[in-house]
Amino acid sequence: MANFSKSNVPQFSVDVYQNEFLPEGGREVNAIATVTSTGGGTVGSAVSAPHLYSAGQSPDAAVAIMVDCSGSMEYPPTKMRGARDATAAAIDAVRDGVRFAVIGGTHIAKEVYPGNGRLAVAGPETREQAKQALRRLSAGGGTAIGTWLRLADRLLASADIAPSAVRHGILLTDGRNEHESPEDLRTALDSCAGRFTCDARGVGTDWEVKEVTAIASALLGTADIVADPAGLAADFTHMMETAMGKEVADVGLRLWTPVGVEIKFVKQVAPTVEELTGRRTEAGPRAGDYPTGSWGDESRDYHICVRVPSAAIGQEMLAARVSLIVPQGDGGTQTLAQGLVRAVWTDDMAASTSINPQVAHYTGQAELAQVIQQGLDARKSGDLDGATAKLGRAVQLAAASGNADTAKLLSKVVDVVDAAEGTVRLKAKVAEADEMTLETRSTKTVRVKKQ
Amino acid sequence: MPQLSACPSCEEPLESGDLFCGACGYDLSAVPARPATSPNGSAVPAPNGSAAASGQPSEWPVAPEVDSSDTPAPTHLPTDLPGTDSRGTQLGAGPRSSEPGPQPPQPGPRSGEPDEYALPAPGAMPEGGAVPEAAPVPDGATAVPTDGAEPADPRTHAPDPAPPAGTKLCVACRSGRVDPDGYCENCGHAQPRERDHMEEELDAVAAVSDRGLRHHRNEDAFAISAAALPDGSPAVVAIVCDGVSSATRPDEASLAASRAANESLQGSLPRGTHPQQAMHEAILSAAEAVNSLATEPASAREHSPHQNAPACTLVGTIVAGGLLVVGWVGDSRAYWIPDDRSGPAARLTEDDSWAAQMVAAGLMNEAEAYADDRAHAITGWLGADAYELEPHTASFKPDRAGVVVVCTDGLWNYAEAVEDMARAVPADAAERPLHSAQVLVGHALDGGGHDNVTVAVVPFPYAPQGAGSA
Repeated sequence: MANFSKSNVPQFSVDVYQNEFLPEGGREVNAIATVTSTGGGTVGSAVSAPHLYSAGQSPDAAVAIMVDCSGSMEYPPTKMRGARDATAAAIDAVRDGVRFAVIGGTHIAKEVYPGNGRLAVAGPETREQAKQALRRLSAGGGTAIGTWLRLADRLLASADIAPSAVRHGILLTDGRNEHESPEDLRTALDSCAGRFTCDARGVGTDWEVKEVTAIASALLGTADIVADPAGLAADFTHMMETAMGKEVADVGLRLWTPVGVEIKFVKQVAPTVEELTGRRTEAGPRAGDYPTGSWGDESRDYHICVRVPSAAIGQEMLAARVSLIVPQGDGGTQTLAQGLVRAVWTDDMAASTSINPQVAHYTGQAELAQVIQQGLDARKSGDLDGATAKLGRAVQLAAASGNADTAKLLSKVVDVVDAAEGTVRLKAKVAEADEMTLETRSTKTVRVKKQ
Repeated sequence: MPQLSACPSCEEPLESGDLFCGACGYDLSAVPARPATSPNGSAVPAPNGSAAASGQPSEWPVAPEVDSSDTPAPTHLPTDLPGTDSRGTQLGAGPRSSEPGPQPPQPGPRSGEPDEYALPAPGAMPEGGAVPEAAPVPDGATAVPTDGAEPADPRTHAPDPAPPAGTKLCVACRSGRVDPDGYCENCGHAQPRERDHMEEELDAVAAVSDRGLRHHRNEDAFAISAAALPDGSPAVVAIVCDGVSSATRPDEASLAASRAANESLQGSLPRGTHPQQAMHEAILSAAEAVNSLATEPASAREHSPHQNAPACTLVGTIVAGGLLVVGWVGDSRAYWIPDDRSGPAARLTEDDSWAAQMVAAGLMNEAEAYADDRAHAITGWLGADAYELEPHTASFKPDRAGVVVVCTDGLWNYAEAVEDMARAVPADAAERPLHSAQVLVGHALDGGGHDNVTVAVVPFPYAPQGAGSA
């Protein structure tokens, strides 16, 4: 049973950044809530400093690695080799005592290790056995990712660990999900959501960006491209270390709003843009929970926008209360931290017209992610003028906000004439990997520049 | 049954005989009795037995010829130096004109010695400067302890705001409970806070502070007290501060400044420091208290690096030993209103404001200056961001009884001219300072209540020479 009073469990804090002042008749309130968890040790501490975790003391966790074994993995053969090496590297990063399993995925899902519907307990022996088992992985068959996820869910649920323990999957695919319908995958994702978190990776360039990002989004993990199979091992090691650093699972962002207040949207805006508005589950009167998955030592930002009833000058109200909650064994919840979003009506124009820098920044970052997506879609559909306009705006936003990584990715797709003005020309020839990288990483944001 | 003018929980005006507040349902029987008053000036008789209504003539200490440092008390003659009226023109300097005087009084003491102003002749500006005929002491109206010889040390405590609400139902929707953060659990409405409306009354001074109608919190603060001079005679103190809204934590600044100034005077007056010097020192300690706020939460500054350090204005008055001392920084003001309204009232302070400077420099006339957007920008304040602290003090020796109205711009914006202020002050202000302060706050609220309003009313009892020993 996880004990939250243990010192290695992070402390959560919520800081709200907003301009609470509204003009007469003003109704829209925007706030950025920065949620930070600290004190749980650094990411991957159980790996880099295992001595801190004596037997039975490390946080309970179970992981499942899903490796694509479809026929295309042999073209070129480096992909299957890369996948095997990467899985072995990830297994090395599993902390002693953590439950783990390896799944080989084609049009059906097969247990590669340990088998028989069980999970292995990580230790020197089981790690060696798992790596031996990887040698038997061979490519052949189709791709039905929904079946892999359902098997992972079954295995992770069977683990002899606390219900509150971290359950995590790592999924690697190289091709389109061709052997089941999109609805099948959607149904599988819906049934797995909230039961485990999952990072998704596409290797090569024959996979569908929207499929991989949808998996990561539904299961609250990260999505990325590994264009060169040689880079897989390092990426898998990093993913597993991050998973091992997670110490609280199934954290919810609870939003309470007073009577008459309408929620316009709730989004995670850092480290990536993730729309959460539609993922609310009601949690008592005027309160709803939005899933945030598992947390290690990290900080994320959420943009909350609500519409309040108008009030007279001089009035003040609480527009929303933001709290972080974790489910407890008894069916209740524990509140980890909370922050207040306020609305104050004033006739001071200087106060009511200023935009909070955090809100402005993340509004720009969310628009950046959106215009990249729209620009790439326009480009694919042959609307070159539309693509130029959208990607030009993206270049402008990336430059203005200091999002250097995204600016660099954009520069591989367009020739930048004037970044400040957003003047660009589409490149005549764009490497597929570059375009897919831009699309996959379009939702990555940067934080507000230090003032 | 105490007669309450407004609900202590939500400030809804009450009818006499109400048992519960009509707006929030507050149980009025749970409220401790308060002196009988009405904010709108409706006549509520003062309780029998109060000093103000006792009808006993009071003894007022004669102003000492020399102060504790054996130097003569400051100049007292009305014509020695001019005071100013509300237009910034000089009192007693001939006919009032709208043209700025050639030498606008810009006191500039840097030596630690307080400025010495002569009386701005609150009296009738008599030619020749003789002290006019003894102004009539309003019959039994002075609000000093009747036992002038042995005043109990009348020091006081911090302001005692309205009692905490016993029931925690929302004042806005009347159905939600109030959460520990002070918001309704149903409609989210912020609940009235302690500082939204504060009143305090001592024997010889009273003050009222109100959030007003347009601001979401009260950033004004006051402190009133009565100290005893070394000879046992009373010294009445009122300090009023207005937090600067464009700075961070203005409410903390005003509270810290008013408390620090009051504490300083509580220490210095009983030691025999001359009241004007004591006022000068009090402003310096208030400034120090506000400055020290700037260094407090470093994390708060990190998150909002562009915010200014906490700042506020200050105006204070001391009535002691036949002297009336004022001190100020910023645009909060003190007005002299004689009990006998046939005599002229006067403004005793000169704003540290853009408009006042323009007028003083002769660059604009008063109408032009105050019509400008920058009119109310203050040029002097207490706080770490102040360029150079320039405490102004002045000492007067009125020749008749009256009251000093010490207030923030939340009031004087609605009674700027001295005649308007005199009209707004009830005739019985000296007898009922709390009532008068309530009326004046009501005047500002009736005018629109655009800012926080804070008013202290300090009666100045005049004792003709020799009356004390007669």
